[in-house]
Formats: sequence, C-alpha cells, structure tokens
Amino acid sequence: MTDGTATRSAAAASAERRRRRVPYLLLLPGGLWLAFFYILPMLQLAGTSLKSGSFAGGYRFSWEFSNYGAGFSDFSAQFLRSIAYAGLATLITFVIAYPLAYFIAFRGGRYKNLLLVLVIMPFLFPFLLRTLAWKIILADDGFVVDTLKAIGLVSHNGRLLATGTAVVAGIAYNFLPFMTLPLYVSLEKIEPAMVEAAHDLYANPRTAFRKVTFPLSMPGVVAGTLLTLIPAAGDYVNAQLLGTPQQSMIGNVIQSRFLLVLDYPVAAALSFTLMLAILAMIIPYIRFTGTEDLVA
Amino acid sequence: MGDERTKLTGMPRLSQMEGVDRRQFLKYMGIAAAAVGAGPLLAACGDDSTATTGGGGGLTTEFTFANWPYYIDPGGVDSFFETSTLDDFKAATGISVNYIEEINDNVEWFGKVQGQLAAGQVIGRDLAALTDWMADRFIRLGWVEKIDKSLVPNSANLVDALKSPSFDPTRDYTLPWQSGLTSIAYDPNNTGRELTSINDIFDPAFSGRVTMLSEANDTIGLVMLGMGLDPASATLADSQAANDKIRQYVANGQIRRFTGNDYGEDLLNGNVWVAFAWSGDVIQLQADNPDLRFLVPSEGLMLWSDNMLIPKGAANKAAAETFMNYVYDPQHAAKIESYVNYICPVKGAQEAMRQMGEDLGDEDLAALAEDPLIFPTEADLAQTHIFRALPPDEREQFDAMFSETIGA
Repeated sequence: MTDGTATRSAAAASAERRRRRVPYLLLLPGGLWLAFFYILPMLQLAGTSLKSGSFAGGYRFSWEFSNYGAGFSDFSAQFLRSIAYAGLATLITFVIAYPLAYFIAFRGGRYKNLLLVLVIMPFLFPFLLRTLAWKIILADDGFVVDTLKAIGLVSHNGRLLATGTAVVAGIAYNFLPFMTLPLYVSLEKIEPAMVEAAHDLYANPRTAFRKVTFPLSMPGVVAGTLLTLIPAAGDYVNAQLLGTPQQSMIGNVIQSRFLLVLDYPVAAALSFTLMLAILAMIIPYIRFTGTEDLVA
Repeated sequence: MGDERTKLTGMPRLSQMEGVDRRQFLKYMGIAAAAVGAGPLLAACGDDSTATTGGGGGLTTEFTFANWPYYIDPGGVDSFFETSTLDDFKAATGISVNYIEEINDNVEWFGKVQGQLAAGQVIGRDLAALTDWMADRFIRLGWVEKIDKSLVPNSANLVDALKSPSFDPTRDYTLPWQSGLTSIAYDPNNTGRELTSINDIFDPAFSGRVTMLSEANDTIGLVMLGMGLDPASATLADSQAANDKIRQYVANGQIRRFTGNDYGEDLLNGNVWVAFAWSGDVIQLQADNPDLRFLVPSEGLMLWSDNMLIPKGAANKAAAETFMNYVYDPQHAAKIESYVNYICPVKGAQEAMRQMGEDLGDEDLAALAEDPLIFPTEADLAQTHIFRALPPDEREQFDAMFSETIGA
C-alpha cells in the first residue's frame, strides 16, 4: 500500500517534468470509477437519508434531518455494540497477527511464500462458509465447548455459540488476513542492518524492537487496523450467524430497515452515521500515529 | 400425528439415503448463507437480466422460474422417478424451463428485484413463488401480471381452502405452488418430554435452546395462537401483545435466534431443542433424525402458501401460464409432491399419488399419499389459521416492531 503511493508520487514528480498530462490520464480510470461507483451512489444515499414519507405512499425529498436523530436514538445500542465489537476484534487480530507476520518476515526463510499462502488460504472459501464452519466448531455439544467446560472457562450450562464472544471471535477470525498482510509487508521491508545497528549500539532485543522494528512497522499497523476495523464495524454476517438478537450490530439494523421494513430514509441515515462515526474515529488515529506516507 | 410421522420416516426411501448427507449439508449451508442476505447486496450490483419489452406476447419456447431451493423434484437418485417434472414438461410442451433456485427468503429476493421493478424494468423472471404476505406486497405495488385463466383451466383443481385469500380473492394474480404448516419441531431426546402446546416453547427448562422464525407472520401468528388470539382476525394491538411477549423472552435469553430454514442444522446437532419450523422441512429432516417430531399443538397451527405469480412485464408470460396449467394436473402435482413433502394445493393429487404408489409397487410412495402433513384432511385443516393480510400502513408498523424484536 505504502509502496504503491510512494511510487505513484515519485512517478508523478518525474512525469511532471516531461509532460503534465500523463498522470491525469493515468488517474482517469480510477477517478471515473470512484465518481460512478462511489460518489454518485453516496450522493444518492445522502439524498435518500433526507426524505420523508412511507414506502406505500412514496418517499419525498424534504431535508428531513430528523431521520438522523431518530435512527441514532433508536439504535444507539447497536451502534455502540458495533464499535465495541469491531474494536475488540481489531485488538485480537493485532495481537495474533503481529507475531505471526513477524515470524514469517524474519524467520520464514525459504518457507515465506508457503506461509503467506497459508495465511491467505481461508480466502479460498467463501466468507459465509467460513463463518458457518464456526457454528460447527463452537457447537454446544462440540469438543471446544466441552474442553472449555472441563477447564472451567465456560460455566457448566454455558455456551459459546449465540454469545458476544462467538461474534467477536468470528469477526477476528474473518479479518485476520487483512491485518496480517499489511503487517508482513512493512516488517519484511525493514533492513536487518537497522536492527543489527541497534544491537551494536548496545540495545537489548526488547529496546531494539521498541525503538527500531516497531516504529518502522507502523505503516503496516495503521493499514492493518484500518482494514480490519472499518469493515468489521459494518459487518452483520457474524452477528447474525453466531449471535442472538442481543448481539445484533448496526449492519443488521441497516439491512433489515432496507429490505424488511422498507424504511429507506432511516436506513440511509444510519449508513451515513456509521460512515461519519468511523471517520471521526480514524482521522485522529491517523494523525496521532502520523504515518504520512499512508495518507499522502 | 407425531407418532405417525415417526413411523413414516422411520423407513426413509432407500433412493434418498445415499445422497442425503451431502444434500442436507449443502442445503443448510446454502440456506444459511442466503439467510444472511448477502445475496441481494451483491446481486443488486450486477444483475444479468436483460431489459426486454415484455408483457404478454405469444407462446415462447422457454421461460424463467425463480423458486426456493429443493422445491421441485430433480429426478434420478434423489427422487422416486427417473425424469424430473421439468424434463416431462419440456417433452410434453416443447417449452424449456430456466429454473433458478434463487429465493431463500422473501425479504432478500424482494431486495434483489425491487430496484428494477420500481423503475419499470423487466426482471427477466417470468414466474416466481412468493409467500402470501410478499405476494400481497407485489400485488399492491402493481408488480404482477394478471393470469390469463383461459391458459390455466386446471386452476379449477385448486383446493377450496385456498381459493380466495384476502390478498387475491379471485386468484387473478396468484396460484399456490405449495402450502405448508408452521408449528414446533423438537426432539424428545433433548427436551426430555413430549410437547403439547405452543407455549411449551417458553418452558424455562429450554432456555437458550429455542429458536423462532424470522418470518414475522409465522412467529407472531403462532405466539398469538398460544395466547388464545386468532391471527386470521388479529388487530395491530393483538400483534403488539404477541410481539411484546416475544420481546420479553428475547430479553431473558430464552430465545436463542430467529432463523430462516437454517434452524434445521441447529436442531440436528442439538444446539437447539425446540424450534418454530415448517412442515416440509421437518419431514426432510426426519430422514436424518427419525426421532424429530412436528408438533400439532392443541391451539392449532399456522397455514401459509407460496404463490406462483408473474412479475410485471414478463416476456414469456404464456409459457409460464402453460407451466402453471401443467403443474395443476393432479398427476404432475403428485409427482412434485412426492419429493417436496409440503402440502399439495391440487385436488386429486392424493389419489394420483396413491395410484402411482400401487403402479410402481412402492410402499414408501403409497405411505406418503396417506401423510396428513402432505394431504391434510378437512378436520386437520380446520385446526389451521392463516394470518390476515395486513393493509400497507399496518404492515409497516408490524414489520418495524417485529424487526426491532429480532434485534434489528
């Protein structure tokens, strides 16, 4: 990711000297794509979110800002839950993915490619099937629950399926590769000489990691957390298959408002609110972590 | 009734046994996958249908039928007959059916096609089977073609009980494909006792082991019956009362989930002990677990239909009508029924199936013809209730309150 933007700005700089038009031409396909498939639908969604009326009687545009207030106050529980679940799942994927990516990058040796393929392997199976597989793994009478009961981590008549734990675990599992790959890319780029230099300067392994390796891997950390957190906050599949109504997330609400209740304005307002909430969270995060080459 | 069911399915058809595990697996995987509704969101992006000018026209040599999975006989090892009904139809009429199993959920399919229909475009489907309340929605929106009854003389074979539903009193737009019952499915090995009442689902002993259906009419209707209310004449206040009751049991953890057909998987592996369920599903599930019961509660059961209708502007309307006529022949209906196991809406199909059983010397087929869940008697049907068709305003409130109950 950082690689791409870096080369793009480098290429743009050199191209400018030769010919000004080329970069714009190169941008054209992407720009058109964004305009047609992102900006236009988004404007339409914004328009819908300000309509009033009913499905039977037709919806009319009327600057109905109250859709936002109504949507948020009715479904604030699902909003907060989405953000909490997504945040927790992101944290879990980070804790699992960092050592994994570190191992592949520095200790993978000639098995590097094989290990990467293994990380990507779950993508070969559809998202839904992977989630459904968790239903089998976490079944009430399955071995996982039995084992956890035996060691006392799950109460005697407890369960994992249809709980918040299952939903968070499902999200963390499904998004693990999104965290691992960017981390791997930034860890892999680190010159071993840098770490050796730290050791030469009497840094112990821990200090070398804290002062050299980790800061250099920050672009991967930021990219990985964003790639996990953003889609996880809008996910509704895990909550639907692994949770109960008490675990439903904002994605479930939006889906049902659009398709069952046919309340398009509130559904659109909820989608926008989610988008803004995520933006509000990640902008300070990116500023704080200061990875300019990611947002440049 | 429960005992009869056990007897019947205690001897699953040999021909079905080989394929059943893989079939069931794929079925529940597929259904659960579709149940989450990823289908419409993806499908809506790029639909393959071409906008042709439709609406009537002559008899074409093919048409497209959008139906639910496992809702027609495939022929071969999984069924009683070598050829499928679709093959037979082609041989008899020269019309080939582009049969798509794309409806897993009324709401999901609505999401997939509504954009095009609302914009006056043709969806490239000439026939679709939708549940009563969704058929009602289509008729109200004017998204259906009127059936040319002169092409469907066999529609006279429609059973009396289904002849005039409130949403289509003279069956001008719809014709039932299958009907079915909604009640409780359970395995006495898990519950530890036989159930008798709908309200048994609220027994605290089953806390967290209970699912209800995400189809609002079925779930609210059954709970209403348990409360002594009649869904056929229910007011919004009645629905509200039933909804409040369900809410309370969601809050205390009694109800684990609201499901589409995917309750089957949870019932089979013991995650769920008591589920609101559909009759045909349970008959098929009994092939995997013969102990499974379909309860006929003392309070009665819900009766629903999936109705064939012709979406607005369909290019091959006459071909679809020819097919409707074909499946309303008792012989053909019996053949479909031998696989589908829901309630057959065609008069004379029971006799036809009985006869087929004798002709083929197939005891299983003959037994199926006597199954009260497939061919209910008048007395059986008297215990069933059909949810009242709700006017649009009430429907919106009804759907909104139920969707909040199911967590969305």
